[in-house]
Amino acid sequence: MWRTARLVAAKDLTIEWRSRQVTNQVLPFAGLTLVLFAFALDRDDITVRVAPGLFWLATTFSLIVLVQRAFDVETADGALDTLRVAGVDPAGIYLGKALALAVQLVVLETLLLIGVIVFYATNIDPAGYVLTAVTALVATCGLAFVGTLYGGLAAGAKGRETLLPLLLLPVVAPVLIGATRAFEAAFGTDGGDGIRSGVEIADGWPWVGMLAVFAAVFGAAGVLAFGPLMEEA
Amino acid sequence: MPASDPANAASSTDAAAPVVELDDVVAVLGRFPALAGATLRVNPGEVLLLKGPNGAGKTTLLRLCAGLLPLERGHATVLGHNLAVDRSAIRSEVGLLGHQNGLYGDLSVRDNVRFWGRTAGASEQEIAAALAQLGLDGRLATVAAGRLSAGQRRRTALACLIARRARLWLLDEPHAGLDAEGRDLLDDVIRQSVAAGATVMVASHELERAQALATRMVTVSGGLVVASEAVS
Repeated sequence: MWRTARLVAAKDLTIEWRSRQVTNQVLPFAGLTLVLFAFALDRDDITVRVAPGLFWLATTFSLIVLVQRAFDVETADGALDTLRVAGVDPAGIYLGKALALAVQLVVLETLLLIGVIVFYATNIDPAGYVLTAVTALVATCGLAFVGTLYGGLAAGAKGRETLLPLLLLPVVAPVLIGATRAFEAAFGTDGGDGIRSGVEIADGWPWVGMLAVFAAVFGAAGVLAFGPLMEEA
Repeated sequence: MPASDPANAASSTDAAAPVVELDDVVAVLGRFPALAGATLRVNPGEVLLLKGPNGAGKTTLLRLCAGLLPLERGHATVLGHNLAVDRSAIRSEVGLLGHQNGLYGDLSVRDNVRFWGRTAGASEQEIAAALAQLGLDGRLATVAAGRLSAGQRRRTALACLIARRARLWLLDEPHAGLDAEGRDLLDDVIRQSVAAGATVMVASHELERAQALATRMVTVSGGLVVASEAVS
C-alpha cells in the first residue's frame, strides 16, 4: 500500500511539476479571490478581522480546482481503468493522491499566507506561528483526504465539474469553521470586538483537535471506501 | 472450419489448464445484457482472435476477462482465479489495451512506462527493455505523451503493457491508429510475448492481419460465442 502511495504521489507531483497547474492557474485564482475580497471590504479593520476566514475560503475554492485536475488526468485517457486492471491497491492510490494533493495545498497555503499578511496587513503574534503551522498542516490533511474521496466519487459521473463542488463544499464546512477559528486565535483576532480582542492562542488548540479528528475519520473512510468507489467510477 | 463445439476448438495445449474458461456467462452493461450466455475456453499460449460485428460483445468479453465487469450469471475462471470472487488476483496478472491508452499526457513516454511498470514491480532494466522493444528509446522517450501522434501513443501503451509483464494480454483493436511500421512492430511484440509464455486475446476488425497472428479465431455475435475455428 505504501509503495503504491509513493508511486502515485510521485506521479501526480511530476504531472503538476510539468503542467504547472498550481503556479499558472490555481495560485492566481486564489490570489485574485483574496484581492477581490480586500477591494470589496475596503476597510482595514474589517479585512484584518475576516482574514482567517478569507484565507480558508480561498483555499477551499482552490481545493475544488485541484481535485478536479487530479482526477481529470486519470479519466482523460482511461488511466483510471488501467489502474483498476493493473490491480493497483486502491488504498495506495487514495493515499498517494491525497499526499500529492496535500503537498500542492501546503505550497498554495504558504503563498496565500504571505498574501494575507501583505494585503490584509495581518500581524501574527510570534507565539501564534506554531498554532498557524499546525492548524494549516492538520486542516490540509483533512481537505486532502476528503477532496480525494469525493474526487473519486465524482470521477466517473456525468457533469462532475458541477457535482464535485455540490458534494464537497458542505462536507468541508467543519474544516472551514475549525481552521478559521484556530487562525483567529493564532492571529489574535475574532469576530467580536475586532483586532487584538483578547482571544488567546490556547483557544485555538481545541479547534485543531477537531480538525485532527476530521482528518482521521476521512482518512480511514477513504482507505476503506476508495476501492468500491473506483469500481463504480 | 468451425468446430462442433464452438467455444472449445481442439488445440495442442488442451491438456493444460485453460487460461480463460467461461461457461454460460452473462454480463450486463446498464440494463443491456452485453454477454448473453457466452461459453469460451482459451488455452495457454494461444493467440485468440475475436471477430464479429460492432456491438457483438467482443469488448465486453475482454473487459470481463480483465475483471472490470461483474459476473451476472454463469461461471468464469481467468488464470485459475474465480472471476466472481477473486477479481483483484486476476487484475494483477492481465494487461488490457482498450480503445483508450491509459497514458498521462503530461508525463514523458519513459515516465509513463516507468510508472506502469513499477506498479507491477518491474525493474529499471525491464522498463528500458520495454521502451527499446517498441522503438521508444532515445529522444522519443523524453517527449510528453500528450504531444505524440496516435500511433506513438499506441506504441507507448504497448510498452507499458510489456513492462507490466502480464500473463494474459487482452487487446481491443490494437492495430487502430498505427501506421504500417507500427503494425508490423505490434505483430512482432505479440509473437515475442507468446514465445515468452503469454496468452493473447485480440478483438479486431482487421481480420487479414489478425488472422496472420492468431492460432484460433472465434466469432462473437449477440453476446454469444457462435463459432470457433483453428487458423492454419
